[in-house]
Amino acid sequence: MSENIRNPFWSADRIVIIIYVVLLVFGWFSICGASHEIGDTDFFSWDTRTGKQLVWIGAAFLLGFVLLMLDDKYLDVLSELFYWGMMVVLLITPFVAKDIKGSRSWISFGAFNLQPAEFAKWATALALAKLMGRYGFSMANRRDFARAVGMVLLPMVLIVMQRETGSALVYLAFFLMFYREGMPGSILFVAVAAVIYFVVGIRFAETPMPFAPMASVGEYIVLLLIEIFVIGMLRVYTSNKALTLRLLLITLGCTVVPLALSAWIVPFDVAWVLIFLVCATACYLAWLSLRDRVPNYIYIALFALGSAAFLYASDYVLNHVLEDHQRTRIQVLLGMNDDTRAAGYNVHQSKIAIGSGGLEGKGFMNGTQTKLRYVPEQDTDFIFCTVGEEEGFIGSAAVLLLFLTLVLRLIYLAERQSTVFGRVYGYCVMSILLFHVFINVGMVMGLTPVIGIPLPFFSYGGSSLWGFTLLLFTFLRIDAGRKRPLL
Amino acid sequence: MPTSPQLENRKFVIGGIAVGIIFVYLVRLFTLQLLSDDYKKNADSNAFRKEILYPSRGLIFDRNGKLLVYNEPSYNIMVVMNDQRGVDTLDFCETVGITRDFYIRRMAEIKDPAKNPGYSRYTPQLFMSQIPAREFSLFKEKLFRFNGFSAVKRSTRHYAKGSGAHVLGDVGEISEKELENDSDRYYQSGDFIGKLGVERSYERQLRGEKGMRIMLRDVRGRTQGHYQNGRYDKAPVPGKNLTLGIDHDLQLLAERLLEGKIGAIVAIEPSTGEILCMASSPTYDPRIMVGRERGKNHLMLSKDTRRPLLNRAIMGLYPPGSTFKLTQALLGLQEGSINPEISFPCSHGFNYKGLHVGCHGHASPIPLVPAIGTSCNSYFCWNLYRMLSNRAKYGSVQAAMTRWKDHLVAMGFGYKLGVDLPGERRGMIPNADYYDKAYKKSWNGLTVISIAIGQGEVTATPLQIANLAATIANRGWFITPHVVRSVQDEQLDTLYTKKRRTLVDPRYYDYAVVGMRRAVTNGTCHAANIPGYEVCGKTGTAQNRGHDHSAFMGFAPMNNPRIAVAVYVENGGFGNVYGVPLGALIMEQYLNGHLSPESEKKAEAFRLRHIQYPDYAR
Repeated sequence: MSENIRNPFWSADRIVIIIYVVLLVFGWFSICGASHEIGDTDFFSWDTRTGKQLVWIGAAFLLGFVLLMLDDKYLDVLSELFYWGMMVVLLITPFVAKDIKGSRSWISFGAFNLQPAEFAKWATALALAKLMGRYGFSMANRRDFARAVGMVLLPMVLIVMQRETGSALVYLAFFLMFYREGMPGSILFVAVAAVIYFVVGIRFAETPMPFAPMASVGEYIVLLLIEIFVIGMLRVYTSNKALTLRLLLITLGCTVVPLALSAWIVPFDVAWVLIFLVCATACYLAWLSLRDRVPNYIYIALFALGSAAFLYASDYVLNHVLEDHQRTRIQVLLGMNDDTRAAGYNVHQSKIAIGSGGLEGKGFMNGTQTKLRYVPEQDTDFIFCTVGEEEGFIGSAAVLLLFLTLVLRLIYLAERQSTVFGRVYGYCVMSILLFHVFINVGMVMGLTPVIGIPLPFFSYGGSSLWGFTLLLFTFLRIDAGRKRPLL
Repeated sequence: MPTSPQLENRKFVIGGIAVGIIFVYLVRLFTLQLLSDDYKKNADSNAFRKEILYPSRGLIFDRNGKLLVYNEPSYNIMVVMNDQRGVDTLDFCETVGITRDFYIRRMAEIKDPAKNPGYSRYTPQLFMSQIPAREFSLFKEKLFRFNGFSAVKRSTRHYAKGSGAHVLGDVGEISEKELENDSDRYYQSGDFIGKLGVERSYERQLRGEKGMRIMLRDVRGRTQGHYQNGRYDKAPVPGKNLTLGIDHDLQLLAERLLEGKIGAIVAIEPSTGEILCMASSPTYDPRIMVGRERGKNHLMLSKDTRRPLLNRAIMGLYPPGSTFKLTQALLGLQEGSINPEISFPCSHGFNYKGLHVGCHGHASPIPLVPAIGTSCNSYFCWNLYRMLSNRAKYGSVQAAMTRWKDHLVAMGFGYKLGVDLPGERRGMIPNADYYDKAYKKSWNGLTVISIAIGQGEVTATPLQIANLAATIANRGWFITPHVVRSVQDEQLDTLYTKKRRTLVDPRYYDYAVVGMRRAVTNGTCHAANIPGYEVCGKTGTAQNRGHDHSAFMGFAPMNNPRIAVAVYVENGGFGNVYGVPLGALIMEQYLNGHLSPESEKKAEAFRLRHIQYPDYAR
């Protein structure tokens, strides 16, 4: 069958392997900087985190090698078994796991602990690839799409039950793959728009508008954004250029005139004008839709009304539904809560660590923020601080660019797959990696919420390292075997 | 498996998202790491504890090597809250001499973040400061019982003698204004700095250089060793010792003699310009300006209407009176308005064009030397009048006046001499502009005649008068008077080693010397005579709103003079009432190293003779 092709170890993609090794080495040195105690010189002892990580890395190399050596046809066959097996493990995990910082996600195997959630990503990706690679599967088919989404939601729910919300959110990354496979782009757009509304609306809710102090910047800007999105959608989804232009001018007028009136004649809440504008636009589009029998108008109108509803609903939920500590977390994330000693402490200190690195950094093992334990979780979730502090802008930019290269390379590899199975799996791997980097690096720089997920290949710990190795090398094995003649 | 090309293009969207995210993160990295160094400072202030190592302040000795100012160890008691357990509070309070209430209040203050922003349970916090060594020894014995308490050694300035307050000055906590003016940013809030006297003017030499060591501090505030193994640490450089020109015994005598009077005594070694004593009365004990009581005592002194904080030797502006006549004789000889042979009539004073300046009875007419000896007002009025009205020589009264002023400035009047003490005042020597303004340009020699005898607009500090005596003793030159004789391992400023010459030919000084000798042998200051020395002197009786001020200046011996002195006693009456005897005692003490028994009795008598100053508020 496959004897006629070269050994997969040699045909595996070299670029990915090189980046993988470089990231691991860079990561290990960062852990040295982060977990090393002053006066302690032994990096290789089993008692130290660096020594242990060295063992995990060795085991990861072994795992990668074994994966490349295995025959990949079993992956296709066994993927559903892996998936359902993994779901069972996830289900029983909370019952057998110890309570570590409130989460029950670690299963103890004598000397070391494993986190099944890290491996469930791999099983889910394989199962999704299997499902979507099946003949006749179509994203346009609602039942097919629902099955795919269900496959993602099941592990999410199980992991939330282990109180590992961060790890569960990672599964949202699969939606990027869905998008590649044909999920409507508007779903992605609406999701992004919702996040923007939420962030801008809440962050600037208390900031008074210039020239019109009775309105809030957050509310005003979001309403304006809704109107601009509507205009953009009209431009993209309908052919009515005249309407687009007219609406653009009306919007401009509705922005400038009320502001001028409020500034020079009588101050009033200028947001009301925009609320009226959004509603009027929606009504007009609905009427157009009925008159011309173009359904796109009504969708855009619904988007406008839904967006406005979301804005006011999120405000209400934040102030009246959420618990105090949840509200504080959101406020800290959005930079509204300056209490650097309490809630915002971690991010504040990690920003100091990165910011203090400067261009060239303080040098290997010279980081004070991390070494003196100002940064929490310094060798796991906040490992990127050490890179920023000790290696400076040069080092941390290099790490980010390495990740970017890896992600782009994975897209390239996924696209060249001859099977849907390979392509879907490739996009799964790439999406998960991108999501981890996006959330983790954003978190230490104070741009994304503090969600405790590791930085791939960097963070200390065997589970995450092996999980990512499993994901990546499985794909490399699939890619290495892609030239195999179809039987 | 084929897919539609439209869907395949979505790889660009996905790739674009990835590129976009990384791009935004690179921009964020750039702003965090390269656009602001706030984060760096934050990290440093997190991790580095800069411990300042204080140098010991330089010591101060008198000219004979007597120790005047030194440092004594004092202790700050520190407490680490986390380790402070099982302390017998009662025993502790008793040992350091505080009440239980104070203890409780202090502990609460330390823990209060509003009052103590840098509080940490794990680092030593200041509990009490400036515990003197004698009180500390008991505490030290029991220290092992007081868990969490420790002591840090600091030093307090101590003044060995109760004299020389104005010269020595004091040190105190740096004020906000001084901090603002500190362009080198050497000082920090809470540091001590010289406030008055040489403590202030030689602050830079005395203070030394602070050292520093950078310790690493972890998140709980515990020290984790030296930063970079102490590569950036710096040992403190101790301050330099000063030796003053002041003779402590002489200073003590001068202060004794001025007790109960307001005034000043300044003595200078003519050959070096070193100030041998500088007493200003009323004075205070420098020992009270130390430690925790300083603020209270300083306030008390500053509220005293007799202004004991004022160093009258350099800050008191007095009419120099007849002592000023020597300057007139000298510049008159130089300018040719008089010569040694010329005599002027004196009929109980100067009478010209209806103007009368009174004088006491003596032979008339008399030439220069006896005129100095008897302090004849008329002679010096003629002198000034002839000079200012000599239009043939100067062209105008203004030009003549300018010349007159130039002479006096060269003699050290009218401007600060430049003594190495803070707060010196310049005195007043009027110039032509001044009179043009005062008299709307219509004035002549007669209008301003009182300046001829050291009255009127002329004022001078006792230091300037002593400097005049030193200049005459030197026959025409002086070295800027200074209290510091030498600084350890350092050259004295050339200002204090260079001779300054007057505009008068040295040969004319001989007449001044002879005149001053004449005043002692058979003139106004007979009482200045000291057995075994040829003393030269000149009295001064300065008129003012109240009772006359009593002044004297003199030097001895006449040849190779070793001491020049000026005495000024406010409202002391005639020059020979206080000025002459006090000046003589000072010279005797310095020349002989002690006072004869009779002189000692005299000195004691003068100490007890107090002058009443009803409602003094100068």
